[in-house]
Amino acid sequence: MTTSIGSEPGTGGQGALAGTVQATAAPPRRSAGSALRRQERWAGWLFVLPALAILGVFLVVPIGLAFWVSLTRWDGLSSPFGGGAEFVGLGNYRDLITVDSLTRQNFVTSVRNNFYFVLFTVPLQTALALSLAVLLNNRFLRGRSFFRTAFFFPSITSSIATTLVFLFLFSGGGAVNELLAFLGIDGPNWTADSRGVFHQLLRPFGVDGPPAWAQGQVVNLSWWDWLAGPSITLCVIIALVVWTTSGTFMLMFLAGLQNINEEVLEAAEVDGATGWQRFRLVTLPMLRPTLILVLTLGLISTWQVFDQIYLTGNNPATITPAYLSYSQSFQNSAFGVGAAIAFLLFALIIVLASVQRRLVGTGEED
Amino acid sequence: MIRRTRAPLAMLAGAALLLTAACGGSDSGFGDSDDGAAGGATTGVRLSVLIGSSGDAETKAVSDASTAWAGKGGNTVTVTPAKDLTQELTQALSGGTPPDVFYVDASRFAALVKGGALAAYGDDLPNKADFYPNLLESFTAEGKVYCAPKDFSTLALQINTDLWAKAGLTDKDIPTTWEQLETVATRLTTGGVTGLVVGDTLDRLGVFMRQAGGTLLNSDGTAFEADSPQNLAGLEYVQKLARKGVLKFPKQVDAGWGGEALGKGKAAMTIEGNWIVGGVKNDYPNLKYTVVPLPKGAQQATLSFTQCWGVAAKGENRAAAVDLVKYLTSTDQQLAFTEAFGVMPSVRSAAGQFATRFPDQKAFVDGAEYAYGPVSVPGFDQVQKDFDAKVRGLSDGSSQPRAMLEALQKNGTAALQAAN
Repeated sequence: MTTSIGSEPGTGGQGALAGTVQATAAPPRRSAGSALRRQERWAGWLFVLPALAILGVFLVVPIGLAFWVSLTRWDGLSSPFGGGAEFVGLGNYRDLITVDSLTRQNFVTSVRNNFYFVLFTVPLQTALALSLAVLLNNRFLRGRSFFRTAFFFPSITSSIATTLVFLFLFSGGGAVNELLAFLGIDGPNWTADSRGVFHQLLRPFGVDGPPAWAQGQVVNLSWWDWLAGPSITLCVIIALVVWTTSGTFMLMFLAGLQNINEEVLEAAEVDGATGWQRFRLVTLPMLRPTLILVLTLGLISTWQVFDQIYLTGNNPATITPAYLSYSQSFQNSAFGVGAAIAFLLFALIIVLASVQRRLVGTGEED
Repeated sequence: MIRRTRAPLAMLAGAALLLTAACGGSDSGFGDSDDGAAGGATTGVRLSVLIGSSGDAETKAVSDASTAWAGKGGNTVTVTPAKDLTQELTQALSGGTPPDVFYVDASRFAALVKGGALAAYGDDLPNKADFYPNLLESFTAEGKVYCAPKDFSTLALQINTDLWAKAGLTDKDIPTTWEQLETVATRLTTGGVTGLVVGDTLDRLGVFMRQAGGTLLNSDGTAFEADSPQNLAGLEYVQKLARKGVLKFPKQVDAGWGGEALGKGKAAMTIEGNWIVGGVKNDYPNLKYTVVPLPKGAQQATLSFTQCWGVAAKGENRAAAVDLVKYLTSTDQQLAFTEAFGVMPSVRSAAGQFATRFPDQKAFVDGAEYAYGPVSVPGFDQVQKDFDAKVRGLSDGSSQPRAMLEALQKNGTAALQAAN
């Protein structure tokens, strides 16, 4: 399962196979008397029609309509087609990117927040998932199925429920702060602290405010604000998301690990490789397709984080583009701007996913 | 394989375009919102009412009252409590099938008028003169009263009487000026107790700006005056108390809102509206507190929060809908609502009975005479949120009142320009 995901038709081994199939299928199609062929084709379309209709009604048409909305100034109080919405072309996109306004400030802040969120969440959840999978793959571990269930459990629990529990744990007088107080540490008000973590780390070194070089503004935020790092509240959400998603990714790694032939590892052992060498030089390269899958899925889902932000409340230190899209639409009655943010986020994810593919490779060279 | 899949995609895209064209055509008749209340029968019709209910008590009271009205004229009324009124109303309006009658918050009023969603029936109300003028003003646009105020709340000062007595204070010390408020807040602040806890939002702190004589929008709603010296004085007073540590925001004392801080004994005083009465009764039944008018700054002022009974401009049974609203806003029915879920009637003729029935809430009713409504400009929501997010910084010095008001002025002006 894992080897086929992330591969592209037309490249690598599978592409060659597809080529041969096409080669054998091509000649009869070109020949005369294709009435039967045509009939078959119509029958084929007929069979896939229900699937296409469902895809169209629930995917293609809504995306098309959302794109239309992103080109209008629609207040959501009448039908977006007709007099209710003024057509503004790419005006919403232009406003979000080039016009100095509160909307752009919020958008830029949300992108910064989400960037730090992705930067910390994706490596952490991948590393945690991989370590758990390696631990569970140990044949001599007792109670493997118990641990597997335990680690997987957060993933199948409702994100709303886990977020609420975390909000309670991390509230000002919550369990985490009680524990810290027991150790003599005065914990912050986790769920309402908008201070950047990097700023806090600089504090002991006497850096209390922005130094002169960091006061310049770059699209609505100063360098100092750009480099703030995730806010303390966002760190709580990072911990929460790492905890909940690593279970799913652990299962993927586990499946990948079980695909690795035991004999290869034994051969490496016979050749005198240490445990760490076996992991780094044999297991890890063979897990590469799974690793790429996990990284890509992680990247996409972290850029779309919404539930946890929605529950934490509206705070510039935690807003993300997905949340901003919602709040612009339903709370600020600017559906056009909200839809435009959604499409910009879509473009951003595509660009970053392809950059990641280029950096890590497609996992098919070997 | 890949090339062939494009055909159905193109077909679907074409279908989508056709659909958009069709919708555009069918909706061209929209925009006749100026017809006001005319149209439709008043007997034998079905009305739908969408409310943003505060709880079961309110839903039941509105349902019962509507059923009583319906029984008189052989009509049927369905009352639906919305989980998220703004969102559900928006969806209903954009779908072209709005409920006949629905709650409209004063802060959302301008957007709904601009979108042509509301029928202007307010001037036809027989008891129009009985409504508080400043409430009617919240629902007036272009010289027309659009809808009847449902009820309202005002802000007042709540004092935890146990903590008050413990600090050696008596009834004579109840603050009536800013100086006195500062004095008692300082005196009430001890290790675990903060003198005054106020919500970190413009909806609470704006009261100090009003008391200093300031306003956010000018009186005819054409320009923002947020960066005025009066507003600055109001916000600097808040900053002064916050930096002294005698005024804190709920999150700083680990509470969700002022009422919770008061109930948990973390605040000796808070500034909230009528809703605190019901909220505290459920969660902190043993709390002893009193409600007094807010102390004066340069002038006596408070903020009011109100909703009206909106009637859909597109509704087919507008005449019946207006008739229902007339029934629901009559003095007797408003007093029944007061009894059921503790709101303040929007008509003066009920104020006397309300004050007799709930003497401990007299301060809220008295506030009606000097209360100011919220800013109602489409797009102001995010402007206010931006301001609210900076309020916490007043206590640690990371936000400055002048800069906050300048941003409010700039962003508010931008929202106003975009709306016109």
